Amino acid sequence: MALPVDVEALDKAFSGIGVDEKSLISILTNSNEHKRSLRKGSSKLFIEDENGFERWDQSSIKILKHQFNRFRDAVVLSLLHPWERDARLIEKAIRKGPKHYNVIVEMACTRSSDQLLGARKAYHSLFHHSIEEHLTHIKGRERKLLVALVSAYRYEGTGVNEDVAKSEAQILYEAINNGDKNKLLDHEDAIMILASRSKQHLQALYRHYNQSYDKTLAQDLEGEGILKDTVECLCTPQTYFTRVLEAAVKEDADEESKRALTRVIVTQKEQLVKEGFVPNKIQDILLGLYKDFMLASIASGDIK
Amino acid sequence: MATVSAPKQVSVKEDAEALRKACQGWGTDEKAIIAVLGHRNAAQRRQIRHVYEEIYQEDLIKRLESELSGHFEKAVYRWILDPPDRDAVLANVELKKSGNKHHVIVEISCTKNPEELLAIRRAYHARYKRSLEEEVAYHTKGDTRRLLVALVSAFRYYGEEINTTLAKSEAKKLHEAIKDKKFGNEDVIRILSTRSIAQLLATFNCYREQEGTSITKNLPKDSSDEYIAMLRMAVRCLKDPKKYFEKVLRRSIEGIGTDEDALTRVIVTRAEKDLKEIKELYHKRNNVPLDKAVDKETSGDYKDMLLTLLGNEV
Repeated sequence: MALPVDVEALDKAFSGIGVDEKSLISILTNSNEHKRSLRKGSSKLFIEDENGFERWDQSSIKILKHQFNRFRDAVVLSLLHPWERDARLIEKAIRKGPKHYNVIVEMACTRSSDQLLGARKAYHSLFHHSIEEHLTHIKGRERKLLVALVSAYRYEGTGVNEDVAKSEAQILYEAINNGDKNKLLDHEDAIMILASRSKQHLQALYRHYNQSYDKTLAQDLEGEGILKDTVECLCTPQTYFTRVLEAAVKEDADEESKRALTRVIVTQKEQLVKEGFVPNKIQDILLGLYKDFMLASIASGDIK
Repeated sequence: MATVSAPKQVSVKEDAEALRKACQGWGTDEKAIIAVLGHRNAAQRRQIRHVYEEIYQEDLIKRLESELSGHFEKAVYRWILDPPDRDAVLANVELKKSGNKHHVIVEISCTKNPEELLAIRRAYHARYKRSLEEEVAYHTKGDTRRLLVALVSAFRYYGEEINTTLAKSEAKKLHEAIKDKKFGNEDVIRILSTRSIAQLLATFNCYREQEGTSITKNLPKDSSDEYIAMLRMAVRCLKDPKKYFEKVLRRSIEGIGTDEDALTRVIVTRAEKDLKEIKELYHKRNNVPLDKAVDKETSGDYKDMLLTLLGNEV
């Protein structure tokens, strides 16, 4: 007879992010009788079929598939050359639609100028088109901003003109507070500033905005989707990444949010290590080999 | 093909010494400068600058700037720079000029291949501590800004693949925009700034098939609207850069006076690329060789420099 504790263990083996492979091996290598009573006990995975057998619940198959693939995806993502990796992430995001555009913003805004360039080159090789061309498939108003962000080759040196940063902070403030917030994505000056200025300049702008208006630019863009993501990625990337990681481990996190966990840890591990990221919040929910991989990534984060 | 003849083997040390000698004492030996620099390719010129600095502890370019003057000095200065750096300088000079004409920006962004344009953007970072696109954005507005920033930021796919269906539909979109006089519309800018050259040429061909006339002929000539002029220029540059450069040369020479800036720019920037073909086009079009026209319209050391770059022995 399968003990309730076994049923619970089975459930637990699938209830995090990743799969507890060791636990499964020890639970499932018992007698057929044992397995039968496991099935009877697991109402989440099996339902009583009218023809007298415990049938596998369809919706849980998909979830299991995602769970088992996490380790594989993490391996692939880690192994790929960063340029190919980012190019593939961008292409997938374009294909999958508006809910994934933040990935494009993330790629375009958190990479160095040369890394983004590399991703654009890899994109040519892989997909025989430029990223900008594929972005034309997007019909929504986000397209202008995305094309601009992806085409940027930002200056990366020091030296910021504080006066210009301050006046551009004002331009953004007015665009957000005086204009039609719905039209922000069409506001040419705002897009130009965000897409062409160096990150140093934008960070200075962010400071001026805060000082002048008693709130941060990110706060003012609350609810503005990729505009907020853009500002965060460019000016306060740690905030962005922390937000993404926390969303992944929430109770009701969807599959995309969970995938973001792999993406962020694999692509940002050096940054995370540098900032002394402590994986307390996430390690409890990770399982199995996937957990080992993710924690080892952050632990080593080979700083070049 | 290039018109500049540079020997394969050179002694950059001797060259540096010769240039030093040309700049010493009273006056400057311009002929010696032309004799050396006018026969060196980009890599050799770079090495000469490097060796000169090592030996004489000064920047050759600065020295030449102080010794020379006028159109000759401008020509030598542009010639001696590395090609991407040169284009960055040309772009910056153009942006700082007042007025809304930014033809050089269009020319640079539409006649270079993707890697060259990238190198220019990098050179711009290094020289001006800002990105080319932010400068362009800062100095322009409206449709002009949208077009120029898009063109300057493009990193086109380099392959030869063509999608005919797409070419047909985009040719239609272009025609509709032109017909409705919506020259600044999103589709126009998007198509011109994102499609690969191969795809664009196919699109222009479809346009001609569909409308019976080329797209350039459909865009109003001599429009007082600077934006339309730039749009037309962009199309011409993308379609056939050599033909475009021939026209710039012709315009710079014909009529009263000569536009030395344009003349220098074309000769200096194309001498190591395709000036030979451009010369042939010029000859065909004007019944007189370019060299002869330059000989007639310019004078002094400036003329000698240009003629040398055109492949003549002066």
